[in-house]
Amino acid sequence: MSSSTRRSFLKLGLIGTITVAAAGGAYRLTREHSTMAAHPYKLDSNAKDALAAIALAFLAGILPTGANARSAAVQSSVSRIEAAIHGLPLAAQQEIADLFGLLTLAPTRRVLAGVSHDWPEASTADVAEFLQAWRNHRFQLMQSAYQALHALVFASWYANETTWTTIGYPGPRTLS
Amino acid sequence: MNPLNPAASATRFQIPDPIRVGLATGWKVTDASTLTANQTIEVDVVIIGTGAGGGVSAEILALAGLSVLMIEEGPLKSSSDFHMHEADAYPALYQESAARKTSDKAINILQGRCVGGSTTINWTSCFRTPEATLKHWQQHGLSGYGSAELQVWFELMERRLSVAPWRVAPNENNNLLQRGASKLGIPTGVMRRNVKGCWNLGYCGVGCPTNAKQSMLVTTVPSALNHGAQLLVRTRAERFNWRNDRIETLDCTALDQDGIQASGIRIRVRARHYIVAGGAINSPALLLRSQAPDPYDLLGKRTFLHPTVVCAARFKQEVNGFDGAPQSIYSDHFLQTQAVDGPIGYKLEVPPLHPILFATTMQGFGAVHAAMMKDFAHTHAMLALLRDGFSPQSIGGHVKLRADDSAELDYPISDFVWDGARRAMLTMADIQFAAGASSVHPVHEAATGYTSWSAARNAINALAYQPLRTRVVSAHVMGGCAIAEDEHHGVVAANGIHHQLQNLSVHDGSLFPTSVGANPQLSIYSIVAKLASEMATRLTGKPAPVPLAS
Repeated sequence: MSSSTRRSFLKLGLIGTITVAAAGGAYRLTREHSTMAAHPYKLDSNAKDALAAIALAFLAGILPTGANARSAAVQSSVSRIEAAIHGLPLAAQQEIADLFGLLTLAPTRRVLAGVSHDWPEASTADVAEFLQAWRNHRFQLMQSAYQALHALVFASWYANETTWTTIGYPGPRTLS
Repeated sequence: MNPLNPAASATRFQIPDPIRVGLATGWKVTDASTLTANQTIEVDVVIIGTGAGGGVSAEILALAGLSVLMIEEGPLKSSSDFHMHEADAYPALYQESAARKTSDKAINILQGRCVGGSTTINWTSCFRTPEATLKHWQQHGLSGYGSAELQVWFELMERRLSVAPWRVAPNENNNLLQRGASKLGIPTGVMRRNVKGCWNLGYCGVGCPTNAKQSMLVTTVPSALNHGAQLLVRTRAERFNWRNDRIETLDCTALDQDGIQASGIRIRVRARHYIVAGGAINSPALLLRSQAPDPYDLLGKRTFLHPTVVCAARFKQEVNGFDGAPQSIYSDHFLQTQAVDGPIGYKLEVPPLHPILFATTMQGFGAVHAAMMKDFAHTHAMLALLRDGFSPQSIGGHVKLRADDSAELDYPISDFVWDGARRAMLTMADIQFAAGASSVHPVHEAATGYTSWSAARNAINALAYQPLRTRVVSAHVMGGCAIAEDEHHGVVAANGIHHQLQNLSVHDGSLFPTSVGANPQLSIYSIVAKLASEMATRLTGKPAPVPLAS
């Protein structure tokens, strides 16, 4: 992050940041970060790392137990999430781009999400704590971000037919 | 062996797709995403939206011999495309991938965006406009809409769409509502459904794969196309160009194949009469983009949702809420326990349980959410639809335009509505324990599972009813272009014609001055049948045609 951006972020302070973000686009910070998302929105590698860590925390308890199987399942979910974002209207895609911008910038990741490590190094317990904090946050902005992530992760997970046996769902009948 | 053709080899029996059949006969249907040059089209009537109101209007006006153009923002999808997979259906057939939300993100709205509109993805429940609703509208300045006047139109559309009481045994998810309510002395009823030869599968919400559901997609739209109407899909109506008291043209943009971005192609339509039938939220938004005259600041205001709260419950027996007709049992009892304009009443129903819908609705994550999902086959859910718009303390939401001119509904939930949410949660938990639930799970971020009625009751009363903390959903969008005789109270007159623009009509659920207090499709079909029939007579000088059952 450029030094001028860091100064403007720190000048705003946490309350100011939330006020600015709530007034303009949902999660947008300073003007330096208000580039319009390209369509179709592509998750960069930082965003994918954040999503993978978040998915691991959301899906704890339902993921396969083997490390390789778990990793593959999470990567598959991240791909589905990217495809799902493409199906959203442009205004919603922009909000998601802004949210990931916020989550992948180290200072805001630390201050707003309370996650001190880079996403691939963050423990599932730390990520779960961040999710729980946003779920119960004083600011509706953080609550709505939690809800958006919850919907993206669980929709992508249960879109995958291979997950249906774990929940006792036989799938649709064949019609013949 | 294929019983219809024993001589055929063992190939899978294909359910005939009436849309594919119709297209092969030469229907005038264009996917605007394939256009390479701008277009100008001139017709007698252009109808924006092919849902409940658009479909009914198109059929009647095409049968009357008028040249009709239907404009649809969504794609043309039909039974060959309906493989009963949520992940395909939500982005393809719904507004905003089934994730359309109010401004504060507190209410998730299910609304259709495809040929047939919300009727292609609804759960087939048919109710006439309740007497209490019609009386309220009458008291608030709308005459000619009493149950006596509307009866002929209800009957017409019930015949047209094969509306009949569901005579197959309700699935267990519905039975639990009936059984629990009965134990508590709460009356329930069996719903009527717009289905013909239903296979009792339960996938109405992702597109009926057998064409049993009598949606606009397989009834009025094909009929209109058979009678010479044109259909343009993946076409977004942007704005009307109007002068003094008349609309001159309608400007539309073609969308890309993905249905998200404009392709750059523009379509201009000129017509004798323009019908807006995009549904609530969309129709007011179109008029806002057009800067339509709105001298009394009514446009987009008083938009209602039947805000719905949810309570899940686990049972020892299998419930399999994904199997069987999604909605067959209801209770109107709590609409009748107080005056229509008193404390907010609610209608009880159940939703179908499908993996994505259920997983994204249930609160929480990690081990708790996983435990709930692993018990999916033993899970029941109940809905309470709050009847908004009748009390002065329930003024609904208002439609506004985002920076990119897209539509957004701002619906702040008042304490009056939250009080109803709390009372409805108590009712649902009570019924679920009476039905034998082993645990009850109100869908609220601060709620868990409760194994006794007293624990549930205390918890539900202690919950903070706030946006985002309480899960609120909506499958019924109503109002925003209210119908009223006096222009001070309505965007359109009793005949559906805009008070300030004489060649513009609104024919959809945005007409309603309040919420309906019942699943709205039959109200929309019937009232629009009346309006479109009157329009046919006005435009042709002849008696209006009577559509017959498919």
